[in-house]
Amino acid sequence: MTAQLLIQQLFNALSIGSIYALLALGLAVVFSVLGLLNFAYGEIITVTSYTMVLLVSMGVPLLAAAPIGVIAGILMSVFTEAVAFRPLRKAPAYAVVFSSFAVSLLVQAFIRNVVSPRPQGLAVPAWLDQVITIGGVRFPALSLVTIVIAVLSMIALTALLQKSKHGLAMRAAAEDFEATRLMGAKAGRLILLAFAVSGTLAGIAGVLWIAKTGSATPDMGFNPLLQAFVAVVLGGMGSLRGAVAGGFALAFVEVGLQVFLPREFVPYVQAISLLVVIIVLYVRPQGFARRVEERVA
Amino acid sequence: MTSLLEVRDLEAGYGPVRVLHGVSLDVNEGEVVAILGANGAGKSTLMGAISGLVRPTAGSIRFRDAIISTLATEQITRSGLTLVPEGRRVFAKLTVLENLKMGAYGRRDRAKIATDLDSMLERFPVLGERRAQRAGTLSGGEQQQLAICRALMSSPQCILLDEPSLGLAPVMVDRVFDVVAELRERDGLTVVLVEQSIANALEVADRAYLVSNGRITSSGTSAEMVDAARELEAAYLGGDDE
Repeated sequence: MTAQLLIQQLFNALSIGSIYALLALGLAVVFSVLGLLNFAYGEIITVTSYTMVLLVSMGVPLLAAAPIGVIAGILMSVFTEAVAFRPLRKAPAYAVVFSSFAVSLLVQAFIRNVVSPRPQGLAVPAWLDQVITIGGVRFPALSLVTIVIAVLSMIALTALLQKSKHGLAMRAAAEDFEATRLMGAKAGRLILLAFAVSGTLAGIAGVLWIAKTGSATPDMGFNPLLQAFVAVVLGGMGSLRGAVAGGFALAFVEVGLQVFLPREFVPYVQAISLLVVIIVLYVRPQGFARRVEERVA
Repeated sequence: MTSLLEVRDLEAGYGPVRVLHGVSLDVNEGEVVAILGANGAGKSTLMGAISGLVRPTAGSIRFRDAIISTLATEQITRSGLTLVPEGRRVFAKLTVLENLKMGAYGRRDRAKIATDLDSMLERFPVLGERRAQRAGTLSGGEQQQLAICRALMSSPQCILLDEPSLGLAPVMVDRVFDVVAELRERDGLTVVLVEQSIANALEVADRAYLVSNGRITSSGTSAEMVDAARELEAAYLGGDDE
């Protein structure tokens, strides 16, 4: 493999990994606070994508449609919390698995019946389709934009968690939710905040996702949910840094398999990358996350 | 004297298991009251019920003449009643300073929070020195001081301490009881102290209740309770705990 090809593939992996990392972060934020997975998480991507498709088809410029798409994603996340999570606060965990899964199916059925079961295309402006070529390596503008936006989002999230009072409470809740309530933090608000942050991250990832794939389908949320889930498991459930690492690791595995596998195996890349994940977890069940060392007495 | 905290016929438990069978007790303003009893007697459940972590199935809890048994934990803390939970439960990954800031989460008086924070770090030099360190790296005794200090940051009127000396080295047990005594003398707080270390508890407490199998079996001033407590201690396996 030439150095050129290596750089090309590393760049591709970095760009895909940025989206995976954002997706994984959004899923992990809710899990860290609540200890529950949101199975309607993929529908945030769906709702963001359809919002963008609709707006752009109405003549709204992509740059104006993107923030509105993110807001739609936040609303979807908060809606899921209100419908599938809040009424079942005291119910066992599996009840919430079903209720959030129900929301996911509901959104899909709604789109199929009200919008269309067929793919809806998004017209991407020409400047995003440009490719910058340096020394034979192709850098698509969209990939560069993706990496920059993902990095900025992660910096913003870090600032929120480290510098703000509410971010502090979220980190505390991730460790011990009950003790956080003992400090006077309102449980309902904290959970709502977690879903809003989750929706923001997934909404941003959704904008990047639809810009990349170019078309929206009712069941498009499944793959992002799966990638996010795999990345979160890989990184260690509940660890945000782990989720980012897991997202990039998954992208590097996928791209690596695409490069090194014989052509006839390429359709099975996703299955094989999941197999790799299973092997990694077999060796290291806690994922990448380190355990906190706690000294007692 | 007015009763600051009043528990009446309290029943509580976990799922189908009932742990408390009609507990009644009173804590007057400015008192230190000890709750004594063997492991599994229901002391922690009682603390959980008062602080809203365990939902009572019957009976009532009043604090400052308002019913709190229907309130959420965070509202109870905001009303001036704070629990220092069993096992300390400091936020291990947060720094000492962040733990203390979390303690003041329910407060709005920003300027006062900052001065309280400074005075706490001065009063607990161990915590001052380690303010930037993760709480998980502190020793058990230091973590217990942090847990109490964190609870003080909520600026409570009444503080519940659940087994503050559990699992600590003897030197640290003394230090923690000094702190407990200070809570009344210096902070003017009303204190409810759950303890297995009976001698220490009776030394700082004005009165004590004895809990056994989810019921109050006797109560009285600390002096009166010494004998009853000795019997209880004898009932512990081997007589000697911690």
